[in-house]
Amino acid sequence: MADVSSSGNTTPNTPIRPGRIKEFWRYFRENRGAVIGFYVFVAFLLVAIFAPLIAPFDPTSQNRGATLVPPFWQDGGSLTYVLGTDPLGRDILSRLIHGARYSFLVGSVVVVIAATGGIMTGLIAGFAPRWLDTIIMRIMDIILSIPSLLLALVLVAILGPSLLNAMIAIAIVLQPHYVRLTRAAVMTELSKDYVVSAKVVGAKLPRLMFITVLPNCLAPIIVQAALSFSNAILDVAALGFLGMGAQPPTPEWGTMLAESREFILRAWWVVTFPGLAILITVLSINLMGDGLRDALDPKLKRS
Amino acid sequence: MLRYILSRLLTFIPTFIGVCIISFAFIRVLPGDPIIVMAGERGVSDERYQELVEQFGFDRPVVVQFWDFFTGVLQGDLGTSYVTKRPVWDEFFSLFPATLELSLVAIILAIALGIPAGVIAAVNRGKFFDRALMSTALVGYSMPIFWWALLLIIVFSGNLGWPPVSDLIDLLYYFEAETGFMLIDSLLSGQEGACKSAVRHLILPSFVLATVPLAVIARQTRSAMLEVLGEDYIRTARAKGLAPARVNGVHALRNAMIPVITVIGLSVGTLLAGAILTETIFSWPGIGKWMVDSIFRRDYPVVQGGLLMVALFVMVVNLIVDLLYGLINPKIRKR
Repeated sequence: MADVSSSGNTTPNTPIRPGRIKEFWRYFRENRGAVIGFYVFVAFLLVAIFAPLIAPFDPTSQNRGATLVPPFWQDGGSLTYVLGTDPLGRDILSRLIHGARYSFLVGSVVVVIAATGGIMTGLIAGFAPRWLDTIIMRIMDIILSIPSLLLALVLVAILGPSLLNAMIAIAIVLQPHYVRLTRAAVMTELSKDYVVSAKVVGAKLPRLMFITVLPNCLAPIIVQAALSFSNAILDVAALGFLGMGAQPPTPEWGTMLAESREFILRAWWVVTFPGLAILITVLSINLMGDGLRDALDPKLKRS
Repeated sequence: MLRYILSRLLTFIPTFIGVCIISFAFIRVLPGDPIIVMAGERGVSDERYQELVEQFGFDRPVVVQFWDFFTGVLQGDLGTSYVTKRPVWDEFFSLFPATLELSLVAIILAIALGIPAGVIAAVNRGKFFDRALMSTALVGYSMPIFWWALLLIIVFSGNLGWPPVSDLIDLLYYFEAETGFMLIDSLLSGQEGACKSAVRHLILPSFVLATVPLAVIARQTRSAMLEVLGEDYIRTARAKGLAPARVNGVHALRNAMIPVITVIGLSVGTLLAGAILTETIFSWPGIGKWMVDSIFRRDYPVVQGGLLMVALFVMVVNLIVDLLYGLINPKIRKR
């Protein structure tokens, strides 16, 4: 954030606008949903970081004496296993807590890969001569014309099912969105006076790309990053559910759902809680994304 | 307008060739020898390996292989499935109506519920209805639909014992497929209860599949309506004393529809991706389940051909949406 505010002003004497982050927070705070989403997200982040300390049991240790124990408020449940156990006698709460780690790993890795790749390609497309631009955008059109989950599924099938390959596949699938956004933003910035004057002063291409133009294109990209964070979690969970993501006994939420599918009518809790965890995480990120968009998009800013 | 159509058609050709290259390249460029993979853990003897290489034509130059594949595609030849030994083209078109039917019902459901929800929310901006509808829409938008499907199965089929959760229709009924659409076929068959059974089988899958597009359409309708409601001509319409229902329903909604149509067009990809999960969960014999099964069986011609056909379908729908868009909104034609 701090880079964004300072890099726009190149001369040290120009007064920097008072506290961009403060201003951002003021707009962000107006959206109550976004603030709730933010706190839930932070809570999940803490759970993910301190998972081994919080979780009452080891996520993969099996207790054959206590399989399919219902959650504590139901008959037969006990406070030892707060949310019950799965068919192999593993504590569901502990698995969920450890699963948070995988979801955040997935979200961050995918967003980092997709965003860096997409921003670079988009910048190149924006600055490149017409023919190269056309080729890049056609390739992106091709990727976008294949339904994302199908493309990811085929990629994973060929690379071999694993969490890492699932992340790579989803990153490839999400990347064209960044390319399009960055290119569009670059195109509108390029015609503006400050870019022209930077060119006149003699700024070289890399400086123009990364220091002059890129910081001013970041607002839509940040919003997209929030959206694709939640998309990545959803898609990797879907791949896990289809058996093409993380492999058992990894306590990844989608994989947990896949393992428990045959028990849906006998033990509702093995199905309900992992999905609820996915929903709450994705919902909190999307709430935050909406708040980010309202706070960063000047068109929608209330004057 | 003609120029717009022509230029749009011209960009279609390179994209089509690109999709052909991608679906062709997947099996050959990415790591992993398809023959070894197909053989699985049992492995394959050297002689048999050579035989298979020749049978699939892997020993010829890649360019020649691609040319054969590409000319085959243009003639409707996508190869034959390793497993069923039937042409991929025939398999695709025998399963496609089921997916199309499911997706059409889902998108109609999404439009029929999503647009009114968005309009109601926009008109009541900031009030209770707006908040309730938009919170629901955000939950729907964030929903992992594979879990949503399982939940609905638990609640409706498990506890209430209500709708069936797999296949197109009860096995009781049998009739010739006239159109391939189960709803129409069951009506045409004239058998008592057949159509009712088909509807009952369709309810849960189509509702699950409609969830995400429904939320997206509702959100888009609301924001488009809000933008339009701030325009001068709306104030004029109100000032000259038109009934609010007429202002909102006719003046505003008509102009708010343009971005909504785009979103509906874009949701075709979402629908097909959702169909993969929905069909797998509900054992719906359509393209999605077929693709997933083929991926697990390493049936590469089917994966390659299916990928190409699905991409082609999305491209054609997008093309039609673009052309419609040009028809509705003359501004876009000039570009």
